[in-house]
Amino acid sequence: MIHVLAFYLFAILVVSSGALTILSRNPVHSVLWLILAFFNAAGLMVLLGAEFIAMLLVIVYVGAVAVLFLFVVMMLDIDFAELRAGFVDYLPFGLLIALVLLAEIVLGIGLWSAGPIELAQRAAPVNPELSNIQAIGGLLYTRYIFLFEAAGIVLLVAMIGAIVLTHRARGGVKGQNIAKQNRRRPQDAVRNINQPTGQGVEL
Amino acid sequence: MTAFFQNLGMSFEGAWFLSTIIGILVIALPVMLAVAMLIYADRKIWAAMALRRGPNVVGPFGLLQSFADGAKVFLQETIIPSAANKTLFIIAPIITFTIALMAWAVIPFQVGVVLANINVGLLYILAISSLGVYGIVLAGWASNSKYPFYSAIRASAQMISYEVSIGFILICVVLWAGSFNLTAIVESQKGYYGFLNGNGFNPLLFPMAIMFLISAMAETARAPFDLTEAESELVAGYQTEYSSMAFALYWLGEYANVILMCALNAILFWGGYLPPLDWAPLYYVPGILWLFAKILFFFFVFSWVKATVPRYRYDQLMRLGWKIFLPTSLFFVFLVSGFLMLTRYGGAQ
Repeated sequence: MIHVLAFYLFAILVVSSGALTILSRNPVHSVLWLILAFFNAAGLMVLLGAEFIAMLLVIVYVGAVAVLFLFVVMMLDIDFAELRAGFVDYLPFGLLIALVLLAEIVLGIGLWSAGPIELAQRAAPVNPELSNIQAIGGLLYTRYIFLFEAAGIVLLVAMIGAIVLTHRARGGVKGQNIAKQNRRRPQDAVRNINQPTGQGVEL
Repeated sequence: MTAFFQNLGMSFEGAWFLSTIIGILVIALPVMLAVAMLIYADRKIWAAMALRRGPNVVGPFGLLQSFADGAKVFLQETIIPSAANKTLFIIAPIITFTIALMAWAVIPFQVGVVLANINVGLLYILAISSLGVYGIVLAGWASNSKYPFYSAIRASAQMISYEVSIGFILICVVLWAGSFNLTAIVESQKGYYGFLNGNGFNPLLFPMAIMFLISAMAETARAPFDLTEAESELVAGYQTEYSSMAFALYWLGEYANVILMCALNAILFWGGYLPPLDWAPLYYVPGILWLFAKILFFFFVFSWVKATVPRYRYDQLMRLGWKIFLPTSLFFVFLVSGFLMLTRYGGAQ
């Protein structure tokens, strides 16, 4: 009973906030609806028993990716009129994508109702004793270790690429060398002199 | 407790629902009371360190000061700036306050005394604390004013930076405990060298304990990292436009977060509800008292630091987070996992 209620609550919120993401006029509101959609999707994952995926969804998407989205959208100076102007031009293309997605959903549901796919051999039998994290970790670090590391390398290359593209050395910047500051002692910096009156100081 | 209500003739689901609601109240109300008392304690500690008296007028020794402040704030008018985005302006403090209370669901107060004993307890805390930034960013944006916006930008950059190193520090603890469940993490800290309880006594994890304490201050934007509210630069930061209860919700949420971080320090590194010494007579003292004593100790450290350390400059804050904490904590992840591979998990195969 509670499960069913929770499912419908999360499902309705995911769908409606997804719709509001594209319907709301203010881009910042769009991002916020998107965040709500992510959050409720995580709730659905918890109901499925995939608590690890749910937590990752919240940490990665809600906690990091969406913050950057929100940031960029808040900083941009957006002209709403200009944003709406292209609507008619993009309409055919948008309809095409919608049709493709619809066809995929129909095909998917049709095939699913035709019966389960018989796999000759299960990729990895799931041990019901293991928790989510242990099961995923066991697969990720044994069977899929090369794919996992390849994904890591792709991300590393992308990160280095982004830094190389955007980094520029600026001249005239006063950097702070904290080790040098901490090494400095009073006797290096201050000198006591006995200066006669009426004469300038020679440094 | 679910079983108790079932014996009264309720269905399992009804009993579960009722007992969860009661559990939430049993945790949330004392947390709020603790926040009120700790604000008072905080002010007394600063006062003592500055050779002042601190609040001493309302009630005996000024004990009721926080409640008087609460009543005052409650009776004030809520002012919403005309240029503000009204809905988000009101939602933002509610988000901060709710999130500050949500994380308490997985904190174990005693063996088995926890609202939600989930497998992914630590990940849940990480997820919830990564949500905390929204309350501040939304406040900054919805206020439609310059200082709050600067503050929101600072806050989000600061919180994201320190979350990265906090994540690595938590991974070290999780590797050592072999579980994400907070109760399991506490239990795994029993009996270092046969008589000490706490990961902090482990030479591999002690540096992590220190770094976690500092990162916790940065994550909760406490002094010396309170750049989001640096009054000399940003008036009151993201709270500038807030008044009355909305302001009070930020205040409460901030302190609830600070207590949570103190509790996490105690649970992850200093044995949580276990006594500090693994000595049988100490186990007669209820575990919850040990936990409270540790939380209070860390809270004292927090206000001690606030009373004595000057505020960081923003670039120094970023340098500390990205150039020092991040590489060090990453190095310790390698060190701890390598050590465990060589010893606990059977060495090279």
